[in-house]
Amino acid sequence: MAEYNMEKFGYTISKGRQIDYESNDRRIADYIFEREPSFRLCIECGGCSATCTTGNLTKFSLRELHILIKRGENDQVMKNLRKCMLCGKCILVCPRGVNTRNIVVLAKQAFQKSGEYAI
Amino acid sequence: MNIEGKKAIWKDYQKEIADDKFYYVRSCVRQNFFPGSETAFLKIMREELKKDVYEHPCHTTCTGIGYHSDIVPVETTMTVVARQFALMTEAGYENLLPSCITSFGLYTEILDTWHHFPAVEEKVREQLKKATGREFEKPKNLAHASDVIYKFRKDIAAKAKYKLINKNTGEPLKVVDHIGCHYAKMFPSKGVGGAEYPYVLAGMVEEWGGKVVDYPERRHCCGFGFRQYLVQANRGFSVACSKEKFESMKPFKPDMIITNCPGCPMFLDRWQYVINEMEGKRYGQNGQGIPVFTYEEVAGLVLGYDPWDLGLQMHQTDCEPVLEKMGIEYDPDKKFNTDPITKKVNTQQLVNV
Amino acid sequence: MEAAGQLSKCGFEVSLVEKEKTTGGHLNDWYKLFPDRRSSTEVKEYLDGITLNNGINVLTNTTIEKFNKNRNHFLITTSGGKEMTADAVIVATGFELFKSSRKEEYGYGIYDNVITSSDLEEMFRNDRILMNNGDVPKTIGIVHCVGSRDEKVGNLYCSKLCCVTAVKQAIEIREHLPQTKVFCFYMDMRMGGAHYEELYREAQEEWGVNFIRGKVSEAGETINNRLVIKVEDTLAGRPLKMELDLLVLMAGMEMSDGGKKIALSAGLNTGDNRFFAATDHHYGSNRSNIDGIFYAGTCTAPMNITETISHARAAVSEVMDYLKDGRI
Repeated sequence: MAEYNMEKFGYTISKGRQIDYESNDRRIADYIFEREPSFRLCIECGGCSATCTTGNLTKFSLRELHILIKRGENDQVMKNLRKCMLCGKCILVCPRGVNTRNIVVLAKQAFQKSGEYAI
Repeated sequence: MNIEGKKAIWKDYQKEIADDKFYYVRSCVRQNFFPGSETAFLKIMREELKKDVYEHPCHTTCTGIGYHSDIVPVETTMTVVARQFALMTEAGYENLLPSCITSFGLYTEILDTWHHFPAVEEKVREQLKKATGREFEKPKNLAHASDVIYKFRKDIAAKAKYKLINKNTGEPLKVVDHIGCHYAKMFPSKGVGGAEYPYVLAGMVEEWGGKVVDYPERRHCCGFGFRQYLVQANRGFSVACSKEKFESMKPFKPDMIITNCPGCPMFLDRWQYVINEMEGKRYGQNGQGIPVFTYEEVAGLVLGYDPWDLGLQMHQTDCEPVLEKMGIEYDPDKKFNTDPITKKVNTQQLVNV
Repeated sequence: MEAAGQLSKCGFEVSLVEKEKTTGGHLNDWYKLFPDRRSSTEVKEYLDGITLNNGINVLTNTTIEKFNKNRNHFLITTSGGKEMTADAVIVATGFELFKSSRKEEYGYGIYDNVITSSDLEEMFRNDRILMNNGDVPKTIGIVHCVGSRDEKVGNLYCSKLCCVTAVKQAIEIREHLPQTKVFCFYMDMRMGGAHYEELYREAQEEWGVNFIRGKVSEAGETINNRLVIKVEDTLAGRPLKMELDLLVLMAGMEMSDGGKKIALSAGLNTGDNRFFAATDHHYGSNRSNIDGIFYAGTCTAPMNITETISHARAAVSEVMDYLKDGRI
């Protein structure tokens, strides 16, 4: 359809990039919240991303992943999760005491269990 | 929705609109794509309201399109605008009446710039003198053509043959009022009703019997922009903007859209066709589109002018549903009439040619 | 009231002029106070205890019509026609809440389900947190910084207390309506007082309040009478669109109209923020530019109740200092 439009009109209708809170699927987030209550404490300060080994060398921001999980933007999260090395430096920094490493582990579990997203 | 709250805000934003002796400057887009609109406007002003509206035959585009597309540098635009003022001064008028919203926005912006930076004004005067030998006075009053129709909306209502009411149900027509971005967003105090809840079109609709629809994307731009559509590959942005508006207004089941900018009706009208071709979606009732009108066309319909004289046949989205609802008599066979025009349009006295 | 009470305890003759029919000002509007959510009536009772039946001349429903200084005395005419003289004056005209209808884009007074923090306190007191049509709201949004930190309305300052109020109200909503989701839209979280940051943590940990960093740009009404807001989720770097049942605006604090009138008639200086300007920030925050007139409380700057009471006691100390130099 997009190709037909490109050929006939020379352009396609741009997709909006808003996070549509109502229609996003938050089941992955709910799964993690149930099993890791400290996830609620995250204030997205970025301390974890700052020290992150992977983030230092690749395009990976743990802080951003936390937000995307909370908002239900699962596609982006799924692609990036495997980059985490599970080194645990993030837990050392977190001022609120969030078990950030466990969030990555649980997220991977959630994606595998939900079946739609295979890692 | 508490309309009293809106009325309180509308009271805060009132502007001075001149009474008579207007100097009219035409719109590039409106003349070409909605020619009936400007003719209808002049007819209403001269014949119905008996006002003096003068058009100088030598006036040009204000270069707003060029300026906003980064094709014409701002100094050139200012000099062209200065020439427009010079022609106005020469003809002996002080009240500038642009037909286009972008022109209105541009004139407001330039007058504001010259107010804060007199040195720039001096420079432009010099440049104009060098280029054309002309001198100018700044207009005393700057009002858009829709402001003037707003001001005389009660007079038009008094002469109205039709109202914006559905003759089958007796209910007022649900009208979406879409204001051009350059009208009030840049200088809210220069727009009737301000930028948040503009009243210029809402006032007309209410006076003529219709009901204004408020929907979440009311403030959204229609996507006209300039760069967005000049380059073909960018038109997707434009369409996406209009689509956002249509999706938002669809649940409210509007009967029509009224606009005051010349670009907005063009896009809101044409993009409905494109969206239908690309995605098969239509936003009106009964699988039709939502007809889009300029305010001059609505004024003309209300006064009982023939729809084909108003140029409604040039619209891509069919206007007949609204004509039926209002009970306007029209001849469907004459829609694309190619007979020569036998009626003579009322011309003006040419001054200082 | 605190200042009057303390002055009276020291043996001075005190008159308390109050424009409303009861004393207490905005304290009467609040239901539970931060940080521990104790009842506001307890504080009111304490203040009533030291002002009523204590020999203090309390004039309610009275405003000041004329205010003149004659050498060392102040001549005051009230709206009731009474003439009084005073050796010293404490101005404690307090604050007024920002009129949220001035922020047109939020639609206060236009859309049915947009309310202010003050309206919400009233709902807590009556234990009825309902939408305009009587339904129970399922999603509530709270907007921080309405009328504060905003150049468009002329208030560049931060009202200091709204962030902690928002957190307190978010917790209270969750207490009353456990099924309702609450979202706080903030620019910064300013939790500068004792136990405020802990309250923020409690809101997240125990009550599941959601915090999204971004300023709400506009609110609109859908066909179902729900509100749709546009905000940028700045920490995700993308715009966010959300539908809410109720939107609460955290209205900031402004100088009161009564205070402005007194400033003009008495010749008292006000600052850029339109509050009374004390002569010194650090050790003279109660002193005005006129000898014998002192300030107490939020007429000088946004303050919480603890600070207001402390400020009032400091004003008393200044008055005693002023009078003991033989001004009587």
